[in-house]
Amino acid sequence: MGDSVIGSDTGVGRLLAAYDANGFYDELFGSAMRPAHHADLIRQRLSQLEFGDLQHRAADAERELYNLGITFLVYSEAQAIDRILPFDVIPRVISTTEWAHLEAGVTQRITALNLFLHDIYHGQKILKDGIVPAELVLGNANFRPQMMGLDLPFGTYIHIMGVDLVRDGDGTFRVLEDNGRVPSGVSYVVENRHMMQRAFPDLMADIGLRPVDNYGMKLLEAMCEIAPPASSPSGEPRVVLLSPGAYNSAYFEHIFLAREMGVPLVEGRDLVVQDDKVYMKTTSGLTRVDAIYRRIGDDFLDPRAFNPGSMLGVPGIFEAYRKGNVALANAIGTGVADDKAVYAYVPRMIRYYLGEEPLIPNVETHICREAEALRYTLDNLDRLVVKPVGEAGGYGITIGPKASRAQLDECRAQLLADPANYISQPMVPLSVCPTLVETGIEPRHVDLRPFAITGRGTWVLPGGLSRVALKRGTLIVNSSQGGGSKDTWVLSGRCEPRQARASSSQSQGR
Amino acid sequence: MQTLLARYAECIFWLARYMERAENLARILDVNETFARDGDGAIDWRPILTLNADEARFLECYREMTPENVLAFYILDAGNPTSILAAVRAARENARQLRPLISTEMWSQINVFYNRLLALGPHDLARHNLQRLCSFIKEACQAHTGITEGTFFRDQGWYFYQVGKYLERADQTTRLLDIKYHTLLPSVAAVGTPVDVSQWNTLLRSAAGYHAFRRVYPRGMTPAAVAGFLLFNDAFPRSVLVCVCEMEQLLHRLTSKYRLRNGNIVLERVDEVRAALGASTIDSVITSGLHEYLDGLQIIFADISRDIGAAFFGQDSTG
Repeated sequence: MGDSVIGSDTGVGRLLAAYDANGFYDELFGSAMRPAHHADLIRQRLSQLEFGDLQHRAADAERELYNLGITFLVYSEAQAIDRILPFDVIPRVISTTEWAHLEAGVTQRITALNLFLHDIYHGQKILKDGIVPAELVLGNANFRPQMMGLDLPFGTYIHIMGVDLVRDGDGTFRVLEDNGRVPSGVSYVVENRHMMQRAFPDLMADIGLRPVDNYGMKLLEAMCEIAPPASSPSGEPRVVLLSPGAYNSAYFEHIFLAREMGVPLVEGRDLVVQDDKVYMKTTSGLTRVDAIYRRIGDDFLDPRAFNPGSMLGVPGIFEAYRKGNVALANAIGTGVADDKAVYAYVPRMIRYYLGEEPLIPNVETHICREAEALRYTLDNLDRLVVKPVGEAGGYGITIGPKASRAQLDECRAQLLADPANYISQPMVPLSVCPTLVETGIEPRHVDLRPFAITGRGTWVLPGGLSRVALKRGTLIVNSSQGGGSKDTWVLSGRCEPRQARASSSQSQGR
Repeated sequence: MQTLLARYAECIFWLARYMERAENLARILDVNETFARDGDGAIDWRPILTLNADEARFLECYREMTPENVLAFYILDAGNPTSILAAVRAARENARQLRPLISTEMWSQINVFYNRLLALGPHDLARHNLQRLCSFIKEACQAHTGITEGTFFRDQGWYFYQVGKYLERADQTTRLLDIKYHTLLPSVAAVGTPVDVSQWNTLLRSAAGYHAFRRVYPRGMTPAAVAGFLLFNDAFPRSVLVCVCEMEQLLHRLTSKYRLRNGNIVLERVDEVRAALGASTIDSVITSGLHEYLDGLQIIFADISRDIGAAFFGQDSTG
């Protein structure tokens, strides 16, 4: 092959030579105004790889994900099929300073949201002060009047939170969405790192990356903090993870988290409530349960308190919760805080409760329930992204600049019929990251979902899930819409040389 | 004391049973293809179909009892609940639920095994490929056993796994023996002829017991000695007696070390079976009818399985 030529100070060699971010902010290169010098070394190393080698290692990595069963279930034609979340091997890199900013911003946001939830389920001061419209909260399907007056440990409602961030054209991170009910995706963060460690040890050697594999321990710690005084003689709270079962599309993640915490993964049928206490059915009879990380939505949790048709839940569990006999994470009724319409008010909440300016701004948002915002949205439909407030997973979104005449008309009709169900935002020129595609390396749009755990205090997992829209030009990164993921590297800011170990050997017949 | 979720105990018991079942079936098909030829070199597949009383179901789906059809029915037919594919699929579904408990290696090996079975086609069932296929299945099952031995945490779950494995193995050995029971009927004239001996040879090889048998009986091979060996030998790992003794010890640990008192009923029953096996001789069994004896054992094993479900898995009672 001859000598490799890695001459330029931007760290661009053969493999990235033809790469062009098309004017978007780039996660590995930065922009002309904000070059990403922290990624210089990583770019250099990437450039030294052969394209064929990269493809080969990527194929191996995907096969391994499949073999390990790191999959989600999709349903098509009444069949359940195991799919892997497509994995892109080129990492997304976040500098030490960028991360310090994000970590503080995410913590600030969660703190405000928890104060908000405590407030609306107690004195409702923020509604009385007219900061957030009362009907937006009290009329919200996810507001649970059953939670009124209930005091939770540390005032924490959202114990596990995922905040969807995007980066705009000048490289500013903005919050796109809050996920405060049952956010998923953290298992991919950890598994992606394991995959990179196996497939690209050369790329990450001595870079100094913040680790991600203590997530399970941190989660268990928080679960123990919020548990009522332990019922077992050992004094250790008994924690379980409650899953809807093997046919839930996120079942792999439930398994992953139960394993990482070292706790049983239970289904509704494994639990029973007696005298307002929760028990699980074991080989030796019933055993008390103190804290439950539940991956079942409020509606399905307790047929006695909520949806009476639910077969997944545990009858009577809500009363046990109200009596303080069991802890639930997340708390019931958090959905009102991650509503897409309430989202628009979060910056005002931060100012109201904390007296601080939001560290991470929102994407500019028009709340169509307000007459002026509706008019603005209708007038600029072809330039805005219109989202229904109740949906998740990228469903029901109309992207103005890419929509056809007919799609715009349909969107207009929906807006007029039920304006309160929609918000609109300008089209954010999402940042891109070099991504391996069949023909080479091309820019693809990415977002970032950091995960945070809150018990007594808040801990943010370094990095988070970088989702990538694998189809050229598309902005929707959701796995249900053909998105994939990347490993997210947060630089620790110090490079430590690896320590040499003395070798030892032992063999038969010495 | 660590507790074990009742549903996990049930899943792990059945995971072990299904993998053991798949291995036994692969052994039987493999050996039948190689050794079970009659004087004209044709292979009689009918006895195989009596293994699980599958004959009627087979004839509903297949017109003729050709080797191709029987092999398709037992290896790759997803609609046949007694096929290897169905057993491995059931094992995988149990393993999927058990993933918080079992090692990643255990899960991943079963997952890969199942996906490889799914990818097989008619070509792989062709006669000249059959032995390779059966070896692959057998070795995948043995790899499972080895990975389990090497990675499974030794708590309650391990004991339920082992109980399931030995219960299934004991049951499979009785079924294997039942294939050839008729040759032990006094009226059969062919007893002792070369063909007959080769068929008993086959039986032993199915259970990987040919060489072990030779060590115990260096000279001669009578059908009665083979049947006695498979039922009552106290050192052969697939004999019914060894399997039942293992179960007894495992259940004893569950009821004493883990204080699962509900298990005492099961333990008593297994105790009785072990005592009865120890007191039997092959001659008395043949006199009173081998087939009936094997039938009786299969019914007892089904009862034990049901008792285990009631005692530990919370079936038919809230515990």
